[in-house]
Amino acid sequence: MTDTMTVGSLNRLNKTYSRRSMFLRRFGAHKLAMTGGIVLAIVVAVAILGPVFAGDPLTLNPSQRLAPPSLDHPFGTDNYGRDTFARAVAGARVSLLVGAVTALITSVLGAIVGLFAAYNRIADTILMRISDGLMAFPAILLAIAIMAAMGQQTSNVIIALSIVFTPYVARIVRSAALVAKEQTYVEALRSQGASLFRILWINIFPNVLSPLIVQATFVFADSIITEAALSFLGAGVPPPAPSWGNMLLDGKTLIYSAWWMTVFPGAFIMSTILAVNLLGDGLRDLLDPTFNRRK
Amino acid sequence: MVGFLMRRAAALIPVLIVVAIVTFLLIHLMPGDAAAVMLGPEATPAQVETLRQSLGLNEPLYAQFFTWVVSALQGDLGQSFFIGLPVATVIQAALAPTINLAIFAEIIAILVGVPAGIVAARKQGTGTDQTVMVGALLGISVPSFLLGLFLMLIFGVLLGWLPVAGYSPLEDGIFETLKYLLLPAIALGSMQAALIARMTRTSMLETLSKPYLKTAKAKGLSGNRIIYKHALRNAAMPILTTIGQTLGTLVAGAAVVETVFNVPGIGQLIVNSIERRDIVVIQGVILLIAVSYVLINFLVDVLYSVLDPRVRYS
Repeated sequence: MTDTMTVGSLNRLNKTYSRRSMFLRRFGAHKLAMTGGIVLAIVVAVAILGPVFAGDPLTLNPSQRLAPPSLDHPFGTDNYGRDTFARAVAGARVSLLVGAVTALITSVLGAIVGLFAAYNRIADTILMRISDGLMAFPAILLAIAIMAAMGQQTSNVIIALSIVFTPYVARIVRSAALVAKEQTYVEALRSQGASLFRILWINIFPNVLSPLIVQATFVFADSIITEAALSFLGAGVPPPAPSWGNMLLDGKTLIYSAWWMTVFPGAFIMSTILAVNLLGDGLRDLLDPTFNRRK
Repeated sequence: MVGFLMRRAAALIPVLIVVAIVTFLLIHLMPGDAAAVMLGPEATPAQVETLRQSLGLNEPLYAQFFTWVVSALQGDLGQSFFIGLPVATVIQAALAPTINLAIFAEIIAILVGVPAGIVAARKQGTGTDQTVMVGALLGISVPSFLLGLFLMLIFGVLLGWLPVAGYSPLEDGIFETLKYLLLPAIALGSMQAALIARMTRTSMLETLSKPYLKTAKAKGLSGNRIIYKHALRNAAMPILTTIGQTLGTLVAGAAVVETVFNVPGIGQLIVNSIERRDIVVIQGVILLIAVSYVLINFLVDVLYSVLDPRVRYS
């Protein structure tokens, strides 16, 4: 008995190992996904290492107001003489943090809601009606409304985005779990008396992991876009802390005199979103060819 | 057919109830006393108490909800304490520019997205196809307000071809309106165009692989005739659905793009209301948009079933 168990788990180890290396090899061959991954890695590195080389995003320098790009200030300065490069890098930290935390929270909540909905009819009816209702609001508007009520704060941005995007994740998890649930092995487990909790988390969860990961990358991208839009509208990350969105808001009022205040933060947003979308599309191709993105 | 309609209509009720509850609860998401937050730190306790009374915040929660739903059903969305006018009136005044912008953007999106998708499908795997798909990916990756800022910078500031801000009502001539709305509409329509192009391509590819199109080809029909007369009609359903489903997002997007170009529509109203913490106006706006979204989807569903009877039986 012990022997077979060891052999069994060894086999399993081998299998996951080879599967993973196969995935990595296929990922490496997928040029678009690789490009996305590399660009995203650069943005993340810039965001993390930013404080080392980019300078302080809040230092005022009135003698250097609205200076165009130069060697001292590669991205120019804003109307308070703050360095636009330092602010764009600090903004990357805020945007990536909001995106990543939101993606994490929505994945956990979406997995819990989706799995229970797939397994219990009453829970399904209630949870899916709630998510239908939440999804009837355009994402950005619901986020604006929640922010307007709760007040401008970075943590509130994360809460608002999590409320907005969890239903989308839950839907995906639910439909993947409904398919997994019909498999014979689940029936076998049930007839052996395995508990609901065990079946859901040990046996069904691994089957919904692929679509969940793909959806999480899209939530990451959508959160960054939505956070930027919220901050641009004055309902997101409160100034003076820099975020790409509120930098663009400052840039818009000075668009005639300081193009660099719009172009550089804008280029940061564009390349980040493009990278995440490339990565997400690639992951979807590799992990789950039948899955379609809901928008 | 009647049974199908009844079932579909009945399915709307729980969704609308959740929409109502979420909208209603917004005012209770405000930290602490909503009335005090709205009035700001300089308000006297008496003023706060008056506003609490007029908002009905002293009633029990279920009674508040009931009163709110009953008035909303009668078209009364409350009173903006800041502007001093009924919310319905305020929204009505701001609606025209937003709707014009959304329609204009949708027209641009269809005119660009459908042909682009068809071309990509016909030349599947070639450079043309890839160019269209990269363009679509860009369209999805650039948020509309950012594209708006870039367009403003290029065509407004640098070249000076088009006005960078403002709006001219339809009554003063459609060309004047279009001049102001062209840049916002391109900014707003690009993501929509990208989604439509992707959907058109997928749907066309699927249709083109059907046997009856091989028959058409074998009959010796010309390429264009096959595409436009036979394939496009059958591929149109998913494209229509995409357009219907994204209409709500488009109106919301219009609100965001408007603020870039200072178009005095719903977006401007929302931004001003955020600053004033005038949550009653925001509740009115999102209730209206969510309910319209639900109803539009219902209509698309019904249209779908009229055009394609198979839907009714599934």
